[in-house]
Amino acid sequence: VSLATTSGAPVGRDGPLPAPLVLRTERSTSDRIFRLAASSAGIGTLAVLFLIGLFLLIYSIPALHSQGLGFFTHQQWVTSGAHPTFGVADALYGTVVIAVVALVLALPVSFASAIFISQYAPTRVLRFIPLRRLLITLVDLMAAVPSVIFGLWGFFVLQPRESNLAQWMAAHLSFIPIFKVQSSVFTSSYLIVGTVVGIMIVPTITSLSREVFSLTPPGEMEGAFALGASRASVVRRVVVPFGKGGLIGATMLAFGRALGETVAVAIILSLTFSISPHILQSGGSSIAALIVSTFGSGGAKLGTSALLAAGLVLFVFTLLVNMAASWIVTRFNQRRAS
Amino acid sequence: MTDVLDAVTFEGSADTGSEGPPGLPPPSAPHGPLQLPRRYRPHDFSRGDAVLLVSALASSLAVVWLLFDQLTLLSGPFGFVVLWAVVFLALYWVVNVQAHDRQMATDRVTSAVMVLGALVMLTPLALITVYMFAKGWHYLSWHALTHDDAGVEETCVKGFKCIQPGVAHAIVGTVEQSGLAALIGVPAGILTAVFITEVGGRFTRAVRVVVTSMSGVPAIVCGIFVYAVWVSAQHGLGLGFSGFAGSLALAIMLLPMVTRGTEEVLKVVHQDLREASAALGAHEWRTVWSVVMPTARSGVISASLLGIARVVGEAAPLIVTIFGSNYLNANPFTKQSALPLVVYDQIKLPLKSAVALGFTAALVLYILVFILFILARVLGSVRFKGSIRHLRSIVADRRGTGRSGQLTEGEIA
Repeated sequence: VSLATTSGAPVGRDGPLPAPLVLRTERSTSDRIFRLAASSAGIGTLAVLFLIGLFLLIYSIPALHSQGLGFFTHQQWVTSGAHPTFGVADALYGTVVIAVVALVLALPVSFASAIFISQYAPTRVLRFIPLRRLLITLVDLMAAVPSVIFGLWGFFVLQPRESNLAQWMAAHLSFIPIFKVQSSVFTSSYLIVGTVVGIMIVPTITSLSREVFSLTPPGEMEGAFALGASRASVVRRVVVPFGKGGLIGATMLAFGRALGETVAVAIILSLTFSISPHILQSGGSSIAALIVSTFGSGGAKLGTSALLAAGLVLFVFTLLVNMAASWIVTRFNQRRAS
Repeated sequence: MTDVLDAVTFEGSADTGSEGPPGLPPPSAPHGPLQLPRRYRPHDFSRGDAVLLVSALASSLAVVWLLFDQLTLLSGPFGFVVLWAVVFLALYWVVNVQAHDRQMATDRVTSAVMVLGALVMLTPLALITVYMFAKGWHYLSWHALTHDDAGVEETCVKGFKCIQPGVAHAIVGTVEQSGLAALIGVPAGILTAVFITEVGGRFTRAVRVVVTSMSGVPAIVCGIFVYAVWVSAQHGLGLGFSGFAGSLALAIMLLPMVTRGTEEVLKVVHQDLREASAALGAHEWRTVWSVVMPTARSGVISASLLGIARVVGEAAPLIVTIFGSNYLNANPFTKQSALPLVVYDQIKLPLKSAVALGFTAALVLYILVFILFILARVLGSVRFKGSIRHLRSIVADRRGTGRSGQLTEGEIA
């Protein structure tokens, strides 16, 4: 809406009256350009996601055509030669295993840290250390550390130590089926990769669930305190029930991120094309690691197509997980509001 | 133990209802003094409690040392620390049950678990930082920062002067690629956020959902998408590997981060300001440009820098888009290298010089991310003229000096 004056001012007793204001409701050219720019950015964003799906689909047609449903059941990756046989069964399985191991390790730590930061940490320690803000900053910093550095550290520092632990676990905990081993090589395993990815998703879960936990209505918490509850029971009965939706949503988002983690996995995991339940022993597969490790070595048209088809599977899978996450969060929010 | 007990317990007056003044003997009921549970306030933590905590820590350490290192043949810092934590929690619980009661003990142990969780969370960050600096620091030199990786012999004969590799080519690549990515991604991200919050329309909801979904798209998928559209000639444009293709992939990752961060701060801008601007006859774009954006400036800058800090270290999309190059190459439309790519390519090679190069690149990358992060924090807390923080501080100052909280025109503009 813009205001404009018109010419031909009428004359009053004390001279010419100020020109009457005329309200114009149509948009000016500059506003139309502005709206067009903003809308095209918005629609462009929409288009990018659509194009990602479209292009991956177009590229993967030859691969899907050559393997049919076998693309989802084969446990090997031979894209050249007379009889190319490849599928993402093992890689998809490995991707999920890594993400599950990561979640199992990361969830307790992130939950405790989120509760600590939002409920326990004093705003100031010794008058001058803003502990809560410092912790929030450190969590954000941890989220910004490049995944290649996590992978590097996992490969050189964590792996030699954790493989010893894995050896110990295989020796003493092998009555649990997933801790059984068939080989005596304990490096490059799902466990180690899962640990590194777990460390990487801790900041995601922590910062998202911390935000939700710190939104707990103070009235309800004070009411619980007034009834004689201890801090532990306030956390258990008020804070956690309030933030449950946010925690689940954060966990799912982190799960999605763990599924797509590439470089750290590729550095540590040694690719083997089989579905193995033994998470302690060497070897495994993951879609993202498969793509970067075999990229360029396929050479032929079918090799590229197969990689992009694997990428499509990963894309669809993470998209579904993320959508489920946001759906859960909105559902919990609605229930809370009602 | 009794003095500890005395120090930490609050003896509630054993009264059924009203609280008597301190010092009075508890009124007795017909059947002797009424026993009520001791009362605590949630934040009570006296000196006695601190003694309890420290002694539990020390004695559990002693027990674990005896059990773990001396009596059994277990070893390793990891097992030691885990066992220490477990024994400590158990001991702490028992001691608190003795000193207080079960509820108190549970409360104390829960607090200890939360603190432990936060410590466990921060440990990797500390370890990685120390490791990166300890390992990469002595590789870092002026030579390494100013030379590329070209012409380095595979094996270096002892006694001959050998060319030492550097990471200059990767630094140039990373700076150009992330700079270009920022040039594309940040304006697009801000415009998208402006579309969602300021312009709106039929697609607002869809765009918001898509932005959320896009922030969850794995980096490698962004990479192979750019490969499919830009690099490959099969169905795409066939422009080949280049630094610019890499920055496109990074821009796709950057966009949702910037949009979400910007959207958050734009939502906080008061509706009154927009309406006031419209009432003064400003065009829509004028309102956004001169009223909304300045108010949200520090938030937008912070979100953008944080987004850049995150994409700078991404190796996955670069592996499939920029190809890598050993030569210093400042033209982003040809094959380039980048710091994360050098790290990924070099550290697993069985060559000492390659691993050294990888560590150098990793440390430079880490420092770069660190600088961007600090910059994001600092600029995020700066009170730019006309920003929400700035306006708030003016209002707060006025309240302090007793003037009215209203702003004059000059201060807003």
